[in-house]
Amino acid sequence: MEKRAVFKSWWLPIVFALPQLLLILCFFYWPVAAVVNWAFTLEPPFGGPAEFVGFANFQEAFADPFYWNSVVVSLIFAIVGPLFAISIGLVLAIAVDRQLPGSGFFRFLYILPYAIAGPAAGMAFRFILSPERGLAASLNAMWPDIWNPAKYGEHALALVIIIFIWKWSGYTFIFLLAGLQSVPRALGEAAAMDGAGPFRRAIDVQVPLLAPTLFFLLVTMMTEGFVGADTFGIVHAVTEGGPNHGTEVMVYRIVDEAFKGLNYSGASAQSIILIGLIMIFTFIQFRFVEKRVHYK
Amino acid sequence: MADIAIRAVRKSYGKTPALHGVDLFFASGEFVVILGPSGCGKSTLLRMIAGLEDITGGEIAIDGRVVNRLEPRERGCAMVFQNYALYPHMSVAGNIGYALKVSGVPKAERERRIAETAKIVGLQDYLARRPAALSGGQRQRVAMARAIIREPKVFLFDEPLSNLDAKLRISMRAEIRKLHQRLSATSVFVTHDQVEAMTLADRLVVMNRGHVEQVGRPLEIYHRPASTFVASFIGAPAMNLVRSRVEVESAGIRFGGAMVAIDPAFAAKLRGQDVTVGIRPEHCCLAAPGDGGVEARVDFIEELGVGRVAYCEVDGLPFAISLDDHTVVAAGDSLFLTLPSEHLHFFDIESGRRIETDAAAPVAAPAASQHSEQTMGVH
Repeated sequence: MEKRAVFKSWWLPIVFALPQLLLILCFFYWPVAAVVNWAFTLEPPFGGPAEFVGFANFQEAFADPFYWNSVVVSLIFAIVGPLFAISIGLVLAIAVDRQLPGSGFFRFLYILPYAIAGPAAGMAFRFILSPERGLAASLNAMWPDIWNPAKYGEHALALVIIIFIWKWSGYTFIFLLAGLQSVPRALGEAAAMDGAGPFRRAIDVQVPLLAPTLFFLLVTMMTEGFVGADTFGIVHAVTEGGPNHGTEVMVYRIVDEAFKGLNYSGASAQSIILIGLIMIFTFIQFRFVEKRVHYK
Repeated sequence: MADIAIRAVRKSYGKTPALHGVDLFFASGEFVVILGPSGCGKSTLLRMIAGLEDITGGEIAIDGRVVNRLEPRERGCAMVFQNYALYPHMSVAGNIGYALKVSGVPKAERERRIAETAKIVGLQDYLARRPAALSGGQRQRVAMARAIIREPKVFLFDEPLSNLDAKLRISMRAEIRKLHQRLSATSVFVTHDQVEAMTLADRLVVMNRGHVEQVGRPLEIYHRPASTFVASFIGAPAMNLVRSRVEVESAGIRFGGAMVAIDPAFAAKLRGQDVTVGIRPEHCCLAAPGDGGVEARVDFIEELGVGRVAYCEVDGLPFAISLDDHTVVAAGDSLFLTLPSEHLHFFDIESGRRIETDAAAPVAAPAASQHSEQTMGVH
């Protein structure tokens, strides 16, 4: 017996859906339309009608060396961060999946970072990994400037990526643990009988059978790395894109240009490029990586 | 080739005991079947030999070496799992050769041995396929090949045939038997299927609720079940078990309106005690209605093709009788039975353990049976 509500009139279901439709319209379709509009026009900063400029906004972005810098920074961020987050989540998930004593406690512990907002984690790490306190201070005393994110762009980029990894490992961990628990126990046991130790079993049996989960995480995490709220939030809270644009990821640059530089047109053009970049990456992943995923 | 000694092995999950002190010895090259209902601890015992379960107490030795703390790979056992546990992402060749790959056998030799092993189980044409593209029987063969290729000292089978259809099960049973003759490695086979157990075993271990009920050759167990549990578990249909009192004066037991004679010496030994008496459906003989005998009312008939089974009622209790092709009966009929005393089994009413009849009457069985193969009259 399937229970189904059937609406007799055509307008009643629309009224029910209306609040959600309005929200989507206001916060998704309208902004998208505005971005496309702005990307091809020039909005005068002091008001007045927008002027159609064709691809000039894009040309301007491409001509800017700082723009290309932000593309490189974003690529590093969105590749290194997710790869480490997935690998660490995988190692933790395999460890917890062995159900050794105390694994219930660790399972809880490993999920926790995901519950913390990116900017909040960023603030915490700003202190934990600040060059003049704690472990980093001792290291700097021995080898001056071995760790100084306030001074070196590479160090600052490493810092924001570490925060991203710390938080998102908890997320990948949940998915990978769920994936592992759907791998039949008997397979691991068969591999153990075949002489494989825990490490070998993980590589030969567990990871291949996790391929669908790993692929899903790769796609979602890279998207997160490019445009995620945390990517912006962490950079904003920790480095503000500095030093010397060293951590200026594309999303940060877009927000910075739009709301500090008031260059809506340039920021809109960059947004569209960013969306295009994500589409290309996702396409590559589906085209070349998914072929090697066994769903069965 | 290795023997397996199981000494006072216990297993508990938390506070729940699963095995209560099991002592067994499997000789080198023997084919042992562990039989029992689900939850009796037979799989647990097998997995403890394999090294997949921790041993709570006692010790297990393979080839004289205590293996309690050894990893599965160090024990020299190969195992065939109930659900085959094939690696779904590897080809048949990959599945069969995985153990060799792990132990670092060079590729050329590995391929040679995979081909050899595949031939033994008749899979040479399927090496490139994935398990998903195989039938149940073929998957079963891959699982066997995977065990064979390691040339193990001990084969462990965890209900390997239970997922196959009836016909395939019979042919795989024969193949496992042939394989054992050829490889002659010590084999331990766990099953809940008594036909599998009877046909495969050199020696049979019957388990119930974490205890070993009886160990022996299949026929020995069939003919001299050590307890009511074994008596009712082995044989189809199950042995008829009735509670009765041994009457010393008449040297018999009262049953179904008749007196069933038993050996007088034995009757004297039990002197008026209550016992559980058992007789297999195939050992009940028909008597002419006038001759007296145990009266059984037929409830329903099960046709087996070769013969039939009449499910009857005697003294209000269910009682099964195997009949041959020529005996035609219908539900509601009355059958009159003689119960030959040499086929009667006696069990203690409290413990369910067997009470030996020939300890009391050590005379040659044929003489004793001829003497007592008469039945008492009807009333």
